[in-house]
Amino acid sequence: MRGGPENETTTDERHSSRVAFEVNGDRRELTLDNRTTLLDALREHLGLTGAKKGCDHGQCGSCTVLLDGRRAKSCLVFTVTVDGRSVLTVEGLAGPDDLSPMQAAFVAHDAFQCGYCTPGQLCSARGMLDEVARGWPSAVTEDLDSPPELTDAEIRERMAGNLCRCAAYPHIVAAIRETATAP
Amino acid sequence: MSAGAVGRAYPRLEGREKVTGTARYAVEYPTDGVTYGWVVPAAVVRGRITRVDTDEALASPGVLAVLHHGNAPRIAPGPQPELWLLQEPAVHYRGQFVAVVVATSLEAAREGARLVRIDYDTGSHSTVLTDDHPGLYKPEHVNPSYPTDTVEGDFDAGYAAAPVRVDATYRTPAYHNNPMEPHATTARWHDGRLLVHDSTQGAAPVQATLAELFELPRESVRVIAEHVGGGFGSKGYAKAAVVLAALAARHVDRPVKLALTRQQLFGPIGYRTPTIQRVRLAADADGRLTAVCHDAISQTSTIREFAEQTAVYTRSMYAAPHRRTTHRLVRLDVPTPFWMRAPGECPGAYALESAMDELAIAAGVDPVELRIRNDAAVDPDQGQPFTSRNLVACLREGAQRFGWAGRDPTPRARRDGRWLVGTGVAGSSYPARARPSSASVTARPDGSFLARIDATDIGTGARTALWQVAADALGVPPERVEIRIGDTDLPVAPLAGGSMGTASWSWAVVRACEALRGKLRAGAPPGTEVSAEADTTDEVGGQPERPRYAYGAQFVEVRVDADTGEVRVNRTLGVFAAGRVVNPTTARSQLIGGMTMGLSMALHEEGLLDERYGDWVNHDLATYHITGCADVESIEAYWLDERDDELNPAGVKGLGEIGIVGTAAAVANAVHHATGVRVRDLPIRLDKLVGLSGLA
Repeated sequence: MRGGPENETTTDERHSSRVAFEVNGDRRELTLDNRTTLLDALREHLGLTGAKKGCDHGQCGSCTVLLDGRRAKSCLVFTVTVDGRSVLTVEGLAGPDDLSPMQAAFVAHDAFQCGYCTPGQLCSARGMLDEVARGWPSAVTEDLDSPPELTDAEIRERMAGNLCRCAAYPHIVAAIRETATAP
Repeated sequence: MSAGAVGRAYPRLEGREKVTGTARYAVEYPTDGVTYGWVVPAAVVRGRITRVDTDEALASPGVLAVLHHGNAPRIAPGPQPELWLLQEPAVHYRGQFVAVVVATSLEAAREGARLVRIDYDTGSHSTVLTDDHPGLYKPEHVNPSYPTDTVEGDFDAGYAAAPVRVDATYRTPAYHNNPMEPHATTARWHDGRLLVHDSTQGAAPVQATLAELFELPRESVRVIAEHVGGGFGSKGYAKAAVVLAALAARHVDRPVKLALTRQQLFGPIGYRTPTIQRVRLAADADGRLTAVCHDAISQTSTIREFAEQTAVYTRSMYAAPHRRTTHRLVRLDVPTPFWMRAPGECPGAYALESAMDELAIAAGVDPVELRIRNDAAVDPDQGQPFTSRNLVACLREGAQRFGWAGRDPTPRARRDGRWLVGTGVAGSSYPARARPSSASVTARPDGSFLARIDATDIGTGARTALWQVAADALGVPPERVEIRIGDTDLPVAPLAGGSMGTASWSWAVVRACEALRGKLRAGAPPGTEVSAEADTTDEVGGQPERPRYAYGAQFVEVRVDADTGEVRVNRTLGVFAAGRVVNPTTARSQLIGGMTMGLSMALHEEGLLDERYGDWVNHDLATYHITGCADVESIEAYWLDERDDELNPAGVKGLGEIGIVGTAAAVANAVHHATGVRVRDLPIRLDKLVGLSGLA
């Protein structure tokens, strides 16, 4: 094969797989190049461009999604490994009519500027609050025998894997705090 | 302008899109038949490509083409030699983009790029900036058009005669902008016309550059930049991604999506030059400056001169009878440096505001008081009165809010357990400029209005601010106004940069609204649309030359671990005087964003160049550290109610850059106060402070 328009086939069948997984509540089935990351499957194959590619190396957090309810950097996940699993992206956070409380708090607190890291921040925050609810400690948790308290220091530490070059950090912390402590 | 929307806090207009993932960035538009480009960087510093072997790459499934200098479509040499890509075998710096693989999938394109074999003839190279480099020279001017050197009075005599003197050399490393969205483009050709969605700070300059390179009339190129994932200067003009995507799309005759990788952002798209700055200050016994000299050295590439205006900050900041500033440059075998948030002012203020702290100690004067004593009544550089200058008010209000009074200046005097605690201050200033712009406004029969302008919102809140300005200029509630930006099909406007976006754009929007109101007053047939346009070229060009600056004062408290040297910033507080604030919500975000990037500069960021390979070794976000959420404990930004009628109709000075000016000095000054160690080469890494407990 020598390039050109006739070289259309992305990969031969030996190097592709049929994958079925749930995305935002819908079952999706795709035949994908085995090299396709979950991030690229979402963005290039499912039209879900909410998850962002900031570094493609798991260093910035922009691609964070929830995989079986836990936060995961989708650029580090091969899609063939999510067969039968459940993915929640930023597109699945809002209800049919209204923003989720966390999304609304991000808008109200101006917890973003350019918005590129925002989907990852939102998914990460949701997963993080669940980790706290399960009693998982962080590097700044002092008392390991009691359920962790959601102090600002805890939020900052637990959100440290999601970079924001615009540096909306204090507003992100405020939005998460407000959402977490809402009645 | 009636009192109304301007000055009130509104959430960003595009907030909902950004939190639901529906805001589309450059490579996120659905595109039929799309292909993917992947860039191949040069693996040598300086040399010549002798052979490009594409056989293996082209044999790889999905690869459609490999573009390189031997087969890429020809483009005209434009004003920026680094954009003359894939046109010649010469390699000017390591990482220069020398080939692009186009394939039907991202995976295939990436694999194809790995399989391209390139042979080079190489020569020796020089890539490290030193203060005795044999290539040091004096550029004709510095960015954008400042004189290279300035002299007032007799510095040498003034310095020699003074009782209090400081002579210190400060160094800053290379900094990399690293917007969260990499430079990325979707390009497609149709009937000889080029359409690109680009991640840029200015669609119009990209349109102009593409038209020039591809020898097209401007109207044959359309650039859309509706949402942009940050820029911080690095997307200020057309960059490699958009040129390569357009070349590739033409070559394969299909749409091409091309995003640079994070690693490829470290160099070829520009970076902040390293600097070496010698600052000499002389003062009388009361700390009143008598002589000031700032000598700055920075680097540029062999293909284009970019002369960072590092010492320009010193020309207008503090008064002194004897003053001198100089800039010298070296051409190295490196990528061309470019703008990064407050080019010149940011590194220059680190040096001058650090030296002012050293002078305060030498003179035994409080560093806030020292700056107040040396305030300038007229611009020391131009001799003209400032349109407004509220540096002293910022210092006073900042000191009061921060709780500066009663500070014991003795270093290492405060301790909190294992932590040494210190406080520092620095001044900030940034020019308030405007450029010509155009805009149009339409009154619709249903009572709503549409404002159109090719402004760009890279996260600044420009879209929302202009919407507020338009509402007030029309005298209607903002809910009746719709605004469209980020498209060269809209009235032409300058880029988002130099803290002059809102000043420039709002000027045109206000004038268009005024023209529309005039038309409406004259009577319009019912049920029809009425439009008016404005172009501020003559008005902006005719504005009298005056020194126009925003000012600020930044206060920082740090704690330093006495054993490990770890630095944590407890508090950062800034007070700014930046004209009218259109939207307090987005203004605060801009200011704390700039201040945080200043913390990042002080403590975290450092491009480490390996001389053997002529490239930065820490070229990703795991090894090039930027400030993260856990690093920002308390950060506050305030502003004075400042009215300046000699700026622009909206009365704004711009907020995008001043936040980063001075922050790093305030941190370094606080670290000195905490530890007694003066760090004159950023960043303040713990190895520069480790073992403090053993210090006498």
